[in-house]
Amino acid sequence: MKKSTLLRVGAIAVSFAFVTAACGSDNDSSSSDTVVTADTAAAAGVTCNSVSIAFFGALSGDAGNLGKNIRAGADLAVSEFNTANPGCQVGLVDFDSQGDPAQAPALAQKAIADKSILGIVGPAFSGESKAADPLFDAAGLALITPSATNEALNDNNWKVFHRALAGDDKQGPGIATYISKTLAAAKVGVIDDASEYGKGLADIVKTTLGAAVVASDSIDPKAADFSAAVSKMKAAAPDAIFYGGYYAEAGKLAKQLRDAGVTATLVFGDGVKDQGYIDAAGPAADGSIITCTCADGASNAEFAAAYTAKFPGETPQTYGAEAYDAAKAFLAAIAAGKTDRAGVLEFLGTYDAAGVTKQIKWDATGEVAGNAVYAYKVDAGKIVSLGLIK
Amino acid sequence: MRDWLIYRTFWDLTVTGVALGSIYALVALGYTLVYGVLRLINFAHSEIFMIGTFASLITATNVLGLPMLEAGKYPYRTGFQLILILVACLVGSMVLSGAGAVALERAAYRPLRGSGDQFGAVVLAFVTAFVVGLIFFNTPKSNLLFGIIGTGPIAWMYLSLFRRGRQAPRLAFLISAIGASTAITEAVAIWGPRDREQYQTPRVLEKKTLFKLFGTDIRIDYVIVIVGALLMMTALLLFVNRTRLGRGVRAVAQDVETAKILGVNVDFVILVTFLLGGVMAGGAAMMFTLVYDQTKFNIGFLLGVKSFTAAVLGGIGNLRGALLGGMVLGLSENYGSALFGGQWKDVIAFVLLLVVLMFRPTGLLGESLAKARV
Repeated sequence: MKKSTLLRVGAIAVSFAFVTAACGSDNDSSSSDTVVTADTAAAAGVTCNSVSIAFFGALSGDAGNLGKNIRAGADLAVSEFNTANPGCQVGLVDFDSQGDPAQAPALAQKAIADKSILGIVGPAFSGESKAADPLFDAAGLALITPSATNEALNDNNWKVFHRALAGDDKQGPGIATYISKTLAAAKVGVIDDASEYGKGLADIVKTTLGAAVVASDSIDPKAADFSAAVSKMKAAAPDAIFYGGYYAEAGKLAKQLRDAGVTATLVFGDGVKDQGYIDAAGPAADGSIITCTCADGASNAEFAAAYTAKFPGETPQTYGAEAYDAAKAFLAAIAAGKTDRAGVLEFLGTYDAAGVTKQIKWDATGEVAGNAVYAYKVDAGKIVSLGLIK
Repeated sequence: MRDWLIYRTFWDLTVTGVALGSIYALVALGYTLVYGVLRLINFAHSEIFMIGTFASLITATNVLGLPMLEAGKYPYRTGFQLILILVACLVGSMVLSGAGAVALERAAYRPLRGSGDQFGAVVLAFVTAFVVGLIFFNTPKSNLLFGIIGTGPIAWMYLSLFRRGRQAPRLAFLISAIGASTAITEAVAIWGPRDREQYQTPRVLEKKTLFKLFGTDIRIDYVIVIVGALLMMTALLLFVNRTRLGRGVRAVAQDVETAKILGVNVDFVILVTFLLGGVMAGGAAMMFTLVYDQTKFNIGFLLGVKSFTAAVLGGIGNLRGALLGGMVLGLSENYGSALFGGQWKDVIAFVLLLVVLMFRPTGLLGESLAKARV
């Protein structure tokens, strides 16, 4: 008898330790960024209590840089708002998905459970969007993704879905135009990483280019060796190679292609538009073409100046400006006195304001107006803008 | 369209397949050696490989001070200097991987065999105290301090537990292996300067084409990998077959109890076995960074699974089997992905394994480290 009591006490003690540990780390991850305070000095501007928006996407992992860019853009918008409205301090809560669709649903549940969150800037990638968006939709929690461009995402009739940039149905034909017109490539090779985003975009490029595609393959992004795909491209000797995927694998692939003596122009989509690609590929990245439906944030002087003031020594990176616009839309809803999720969602439907990147106005499916695709080029270790693809 | 591509890429695929297969084979040797001696699948061996790649990176950048880029170009070296750098990286990888394998054995497996010693107790005690510290503190410094203070009493407790000399059930070794593997990868992911992102290693060897074979460029890095792997494997075979210690390894593999009665120091032999596996993985790691110039906290995972497959394919416990298994796997992956597309690469590898095991349940060459002829 005595022994079993002891056991029971022990079990309770252990489980208590686990619970406190779990709570401890929980607070730890969000408290640093969540500033949910009922500020006493409500002097000017809007007043509100315990409201926040959330960032959802990869802050660590292979494509972590893209998430950090997005978070920075949202962070800038939130801190500008908080400075202007001392009576309404909006928090920014991070949900680091590592870009992994398998982790996304659990994180989405966590975000939904936090009642102070009125909107999601994200999910950043298409794969995790597919996994998390149905949950957000069921909970009626509005989301604006500044980067998930997969064409099929808006086919799901999710009420909460909004995009701050044009989707891959616009980007894919843009890439195809660039390859066939500007590069005048007669033979094209297409490779994808079998991800929601990468394969989706590569398939659109393939269909648009048609018979010009002489070789295609998929790679496993987790593997280190892409020699089968590289051999195929080498044998087919295309003038240009398009890869649909993210920057870390693009770097490895570019290097292996160049090592094998493939001289084709390398063309990538928005997932590769990051300095991480150049770090990974080194000199092999030179001359690569990268397209994006995202605008060059640095070219908007006012935004770039505010960004550098907030993050000294840094300039706006890929998706930063889109994230800023997305966060602005949510903050406008809060400023308009919407303090519940339904109100915010309704507000987005009628939102129509000039953003940093474009006029932000959504149609019924959540697609933003406009279909601009921009081209960028890697030149001497830097990504430089080539302007709109016509 | 597919057919002519296969025809034209056949030799290309063969060369890259053999090179990748050599790396698989070297790592597979570690699985096979430990299995032969302990009947244990050392799942943490993939992390020994990962440690080797980082050792190579640290040797090149921190010790030798090589830059990633020089004026926008790769820091290519030639002649004697190049050889010196490559040898230094190889030694660095082998030493750290070997040491890692030995430490792993002492801390994660030896206590379970009922012969734990002070070293194992101290390592385990530190890890325990550190993890307990995570519950109460959340700064690295206080954690570390708590870990160090806690090590003493906990180590003493572990040591008195070890003295009972009880052998743990077989399953416990497996759990210990998986736990050690996770702990090592996460430690690198959390404390590494680049978190979970990939690291680049400086490229000192210009990947020139040495000669043409059947119309295919044979690159210098592939030649180094294939020749290096063959040399290392020959050295290992000679060691196991010709030396006194090698005889001890074979004796323990054959029958632990009899070997003990005949005066073989079993714990030492096991240590040597882990060391050999670690050194081979270190060599593989250096060659891996030579070809791919990159590494990552979980680089060992997929490669480890593949190498383990290679070991089973060739006959686990059999050194020559590991070599054959590695080559067969490397080649079939390459041919298979060219035939069916890259997304089928892993499927092909595992279907091949299933088919081979259906007809030859002990692998291509059978399990035979225990036999006198290795």
